[in-house]
Amino acid sequence: MRVEEHPILGEMKKPSFVEIEVDGEVIQAIAGEPIAAALLAAGKSIFRYTRKLHEPRGVFCAIGRCTDCMMVVDGVPNVRTCVTPVKAGMKIQTQHGLGEFRSVLQ
Amino acid sequence: MRGTEFAIVGAGPAGLSAAIEAARAGVQVMLIDENEKPGGQLFKQIHKFFGSKEHYAGIRGIDIGAQLLSEVEACGVEVMLDSVVWGGFADHTLGIIRDQKNLQLKAKKILLATGAAENALAFPGWTLPGVMGAGAIQTLVNVQRVLPGRRVLMVGSGNVGLIVSYQLLQAGAEVVAVLEAVPKVGGYGVHASKLRRHGVPILTSTTIKEARGKERVEKAISIGLDHDWREIPGTEREYEADVICLALGLTPLSELAWMAGCQFEYIPQLGGHVPVHDSNMETTVRGIYVAGDVSGIEEASTAMEEGKLAGIAVAEALGYLSAEEAASRKEAVLRRLDELRSGPFGEARNQAKERLHQQRCSQ
Repeated sequence: MRVEEHPILGEMKKPSFVEIEVDGEVIQAIAGEPIAAALLAAGKSIFRYTRKLHEPRGVFCAIGRCTDCMMVVDGVPNVRTCVTPVKAGMKIQTQHGLGEFRSVLQ
Repeated sequence: MRGTEFAIVGAGPAGLSAAIEAARAGVQVMLIDENEKPGGQLFKQIHKFFGSKEHYAGIRGIDIGAQLLSEVEACGVEVMLDSVVWGGFADHTLGIIRDQKNLQLKAKKILLATGAAENALAFPGWTLPGVMGAGAIQTLVNVQRVLPGRRVLMVGSGNVGLIVSYQLLQAGAEVVAVLEAVPKVGGYGVHASKLRRHGVPILTSTTIKEARGKERVEKAISIGLDHDWREIPGTEREYEADVICLALGLTPLSELAWMAGCQFEYIPQLGGHVPVHDSNMETTVRGIYVAGDVSGIEEASTAMEEGKLAGIAVAEALGYLSAEEAASRKEAVLRRLDELRSGPFGEARNQAKERLHQQRCSQ
């Protein structure tokens, strides 16, 4: 959920929303915000499943260091969604294991 | 290969302050940062700083950041963003990745102002989505303005844990409790009091035992600790929480200093292994300086002063400042650093820094 009003930061500036696709579902996101922020705002908490045990992972550090939030973005796996800005029309997928590059190479 | 007089890695409070001091004296400065915006963590700090007027007391981190950025622009510093420095070498070369291309930069002097990384803690369930670092919460809530959950359990009562808890309240979340493993609250009383006034319990001698949930955090279990850090059976408490926030201190991000061959010292009060440096902030590798959290975990206010010291020292070493001029500028900064490191919270850091400086001088 978004923090629209804040006692220190004031009211949120009117954002310019764009549409992105997450696992086939269209959600509203703010252009330029990190993908991870858009997904958390939309209530998504699982970003990927681990390779061996298929355990869920989400956002841990949010500053591009821990790589927990990696997803498949426009066919490219292992994209750190917390430091990758949203662009209109992006296709984002929950990543399973290490992801596959095949979709990009073909 | 590109060249510059003074390359600074990291555009947080230390790097920005160093850039301003050096550029004002006439040094050609290149400021490099891996993020798309400069400022480091300053723009996440929406609380007011302490200390005297010289230490930006009463001003919020976000406003200090904006002020430093405009000064950097005004004095002609070249800022290179979205650029990851992957290597630092003793011959003063930096390896940089930018736009997926590698480039090398040779500098007469280098300042490593790379900051710190958050400490994590492993416990059953800690990998579940919903367990996050305090820095993550600060970034999401104060910069992106997104709340990752509604009910938060905070682990750690240092200043970061206390301040982030308060910021969560400001953003409309509930903080179910703050846990502290040692018998005493870690951070300043003023921050703890603000939380207590809002009815947030701060539980000392208590730690996190487990995070539970199917695919994300749904519950958190805490447990009491005895004086030997052993869990006391029967003291478990269960909380309904969707976020567990870890505020367990920081570790210097010192890879580049290791790589360049700087000598290190292990000083727990400063966050672990820190590069040995003198009062000019110069390491044991000539011409390579450190400032801010990488030289020992402290605060943004001390980071800015250390950055200034390094900036002045570099300007002097490159011949832009006379010895007398540099000495008088450094003296003013050192006096402010002494003030910042006085009192019960600063004393241990002050002694630790003294120890580092002595190491460097005895070489």
